[in-house]
Amino acid sequence: MLWPFFQWCEASAFGTMIRESPWAFAVIESVHLLGLSVIGGAVLLVDLRLLGFGLRSQRIADVARNAYPWLVGSLMVMLLTGVALFFSEPTKCYYSQAFWVKMTSLALAVLFTFTIRRRITMADETRVRPIWFKIVALVSLALWCGVGAGGRWIGFSG
Amino acid sequence: MSLLGACRWLAETRGSIALHESLYMYPLVESIHVLTLCLFVGMSVMLDLRLLGLVMRHVRASEMAERLLPWMKSGFAVMVITGALLFYAIPVRSYQNIFFRIKMITLVLAGLNAWLFQIGVRRRSAEWDLDPTPPAPARAAGAASLALWAIIIVSGRMIAYNWFDCDKQPQSNFVNWATGCMAEKRPVIPGP
Repeated sequence: MLWPFFQWCEASAFGTMIRESPWAFAVIESVHLLGLSVIGGAVLLVDLRLLGFGLRSQRIADVARNAYPWLVGSLMVMLLTGVALFFSEPTKCYYSQAFWVKMTSLALAVLFTFTIRRRITMADETRVRPIWFKIVALVSLALWCGVGAGGRWIGFSG
Repeated sequence: MSLLGACRWLAETRGSIALHESLYMYPLVESIHVLTLCLFVGMSVMLDLRLLGLVMRHVRASEMAERLLPWMKSGFAVMVITGALLFYAIPVRSYQNIFFRIKMITLVLAGLNAWLFQIGVRRRSAEWDLDPTPPAPARAAGAASLALWAIIIVSGRMIAYNWFDCDKQPQSNFVNWATGCMAEKRPVIPGP
């Protein structure tokens, strides 16, 4: 079912343009990496705080609220550049295990971040058992690591 | 021995060849190098944004620095070790790669910026520590740091491309000068 769609992406004018340009892929990938460092900072700042490190004398909700716009903004950059990178080589991605690891982790990470993690970080700190902060941070870190490692490995596969 | 000579010698060592030819070690080291961006540059970005007055405005800048610096330092150590290994695996090509050279020069500039901030603005931080938006010199240091690390990341990524490599001639004289490929092009003078 997905295969025809991936083939369509590959044949699309947008995909062809990126694939045939000598520098488009390199430039888009660089922006993808710049986004990575910002999203890395925005995620880590909060997850470290949840684990009791980093800005530990600040309230969790404060740290999370401050990091939120940067998280959403960099995620947008990551998604836009990520889609562009995908369009340049969809059929390669289709056969790459790393790509599917990344997409699965990404879906879970985004879902988790904007539901459970957001709830926990915005909750009244005194009413949440501390262990939950740590669990949420570890799940978040594990999911985003899956996204990052899967993403890097797409480049090595095929 | 010239730097190029040193790179040539390094490339012949067993460890360099092993890492260069390894199926998993090189990609693994490279992945660690790239993903540690999140820790090192990620934390630096947050600190720089604080200096620009764009994040955690109610938190003292010094507290932010104090809490994040240990993480930045460990991240930087990982970056330097994995980066050195990546260079060790491919010394000659890296040394003559224009993006590698841009990256190294920019790294020095980023270090210089951090040092100037340390001896200048930060020493007087008691005067502005609580300011939601720090004074212009602190903001300048933050902006410079963001720009320099962006250049380092982009040029680092570009090292992988061989557009300006010595074995891809003809290149302009400027490129050949900047990559140090001139030496390669020198005509062989017959000995006496």
